[in-house]
Amino acid sequence: MEQLMTDLKRQIIEALNLKHLKPEDIGDDQPLFVDGLGLDSIDALELIVLLQQHYNIKLANPQDGPQIFKSVKSIAEFIKANQPA
Amino acid sequence: MNFITRYSHVRNRSLIRQGELICRDLRGTLPDFLDASFDSLGIGYPKFYKMDTLSKLGFLGAEMLLKEIPLLEDYDPFQVALILSNAYGSLDTDMKYFESTKTVPSPALFVYTLPNIAAGEICIRNGIKGENAFFIWPRFDAKQMHNYVELVMAADNTQACVAGWVDVMGSHHDVFLYLAEKKERGNALVHAAVHLQKLYELKGYGTANDRSEEANH
Amino acid sequence: MEDRVYVAGIGLISAIGDSVDETFQSLKKEVSGISHITLFDSVNRGKLPVGEVKISNTLLAKRLSQKTHITRTALLGIHAAREAASHAGIDLKKWRTGLISATTVGGMDKTENFFYNFRENPRKGRLREVVNHECGKTTELIADDLGINNFLSTVNTACSSSVNSIAFGARLIKHNELDIVIAGGTDALSKFTLNGFNSLMILDPQPCRPFDASRNGLNLGEGAGFVVLISDRVRKMEKKTPAVYVGGYANTNDSYHQTASSPDGRGSYGAMQKALEMSGLHPVDVDYINLHGTGTLNNDLSEGTAIGRLYGERYPKLSSTKAFTGHTLGASGGIEAIFSIIAIEKQCVFPNLRFKNPIEEVKLIPQTKFEQNIKIRHVMSNSFGFGGNCSSIIFSANS
Repeated sequence: MEQLMTDLKRQIIEALNLKHLKPEDIGDDQPLFVDGLGLDSIDALELIVLLQQHYNIKLANPQDGPQIFKSVKSIAEFIKANQPA
Repeated sequence: MNFITRYSHVRNRSLIRQGELICRDLRGTLPDFLDASFDSLGIGYPKFYKMDTLSKLGFLGAEMLLKEIPLLEDYDPFQVALILSNAYGSLDTDMKYFESTKTVPSPALFVYTLPNIAAGEICIRNGIKGENAFFIWPRFDAKQMHNYVELVMAADNTQACVAGWVDVMGSHHDVFLYLAEKKERGNALVHAAVHLQKLYELKGYGTANDRSEEANH
Repeated sequence: MEDRVYVAGIGLISAIGDSVDETFQSLKKEVSGISHITLFDSVNRGKLPVGEVKISNTLLAKRLSQKTHITRTALLGIHAAREAASHAGIDLKKWRTGLISATTVGGMDKTENFFYNFRENPRKGRLREVVNHECGKTTELIADDLGINNFLSTVNTACSSSVNSIAFGARLIKHNELDIVIAGGTDALSKFTLNGFNSLMILDPQPCRPFDASRNGLNLGEGAGFVVLISDRVRKMEKKTPAVYVGGYANTNDSYHQTASSPDGRGSYGAMQKALEMSGLHPVDVDYINLHGTGTLNNDLSEGTAIGRLYGERYPKLSSTKAFTGHTLGASGGIEAIFSIIAIEKQCVFPNLRFKNPIEEVKLIPQTKFEQNIKIRHVMSNSFGFGGNCSSIIFSANS
């Protein structure tokens, strides 16, 4: 889980061009959208692409995004629960 | 009568404000230069890094133009217009997006496959809500630009207009932006096509690099 | 009346018809043009419905006596612009005539055929598939076909492009720079836009349901729409009696997000309000609003909120016609301008197909049936584009 979250932080920074941040700047439970990291709807779509490319998980309904992408921890939990065997 | 009250260029890896060099860096790629010059301006606006090259160029040109004047203290947001033009549209980003479609099409790249998004980014950053247009012309056309800005300024509500040329393709980049205002400010020039042509050409920093050659990279 | 700009001709092509007459019949009979992709290869064929013009490039080119290798965007544009010019029935060469055409994809439909082969091997690919790529080239091909060389310009402000080209044309006439302007826009379906909008997850796998509570995205479409704008002097000298003039127009920037509309619809509210101001009209004077109404969660909520702010609970008849045509992007403002003009000419309003239940937050109930023989004097058409570009235009009956 720890390793997964560290990987995710690095992947998020790269995919979303968060050049002003380092992985250690992102807290496991820190909100990613609006008041937290200030991500927006396009970033949410890029996170869906990230899940597809790195974890082979396809998210069909973008409306599920807000729940899954609350924090790095919630994404990691989602990956754990949905990773194809 | 309208006036050209401010102008800026991004050309030959240089940021130039009112004809004066602010920074230049000939090493690295064009995106490297844009990120580095953004960092050197000390602006806290992390969204910049997410923009495409066309938007970054427009953003930096507009920063130089507007950073030191309180545009929205003088005018209502709907009284400020933004009229841009270029030759390559968003082709530079179109190609990058096209590459991404080989695997998973990138939404963040796709949203920038319209030159209009660069106009939107400048509006969001500077709170501009007035009229917008983006023209695609074969080359900078001082006469048409002057003409259209005059038409926009003739609408009684428009008091100021950010206008000009923002073009990029591969390593070719060429930005000339200016602020047209109904009121005179500083050593303003009269808004006329001859003045726009002269300002666009800008002596002392080389010319906009040869497009045909760069485009064939 | 001296500085009025009149509409002397209209022409369009879309999924619901290749002429003004055929289009009117489809609108009247409530026949939607949304169906499956048949004319280009796509992984989304059979999955994502579109508003496709069911005429192949070969047939279009043959019908127009044009070359088959020019882009679909240009062929559709030529088709519609020719109809508009012939409808106007004015010798364009006698006057200072301009062409302002909008497009967002330009020659992308041909370029994407070329691209992959070329990337793999720079000696491969047919160059004539890319020489017409740039947006401006589309305008040049249409201008060449019509014999216009006085003034050309191309506008790309995303989905509001065509309204902006009509507004630009009206201005050039008002300021006595030109006598006649053919203005509008054209866009063809392409893999580029289909995959792009799909990556934004805003394409409905079902036929779209604008302004419905259950709406789930848009369907892309293709087509072209052009109007012939003339000055008062041209009207007099050519002895024309146009039914419609351009009442007013405005463009604003929502200044909120690259692609999403602000929740309060401040940009769209500003555009509608400023267009009314220029027309010298009060909101209640408008008899019909042709909504932007794409069918996305975001657009319809934002546009509906702006209309609520402008009108409160008493709003005019309104509908989105995108359930007929799909969202034709850079052409939509031109096509919908013509729908607005037809509404005045035929004294009718068009249904918002597939509407069942209003959006809870805005409660707007659009027109659900085709209705004729009603008094339509002023029509407002909305077009809002990515980049926060919001445009509204008002057409008025000339009587």
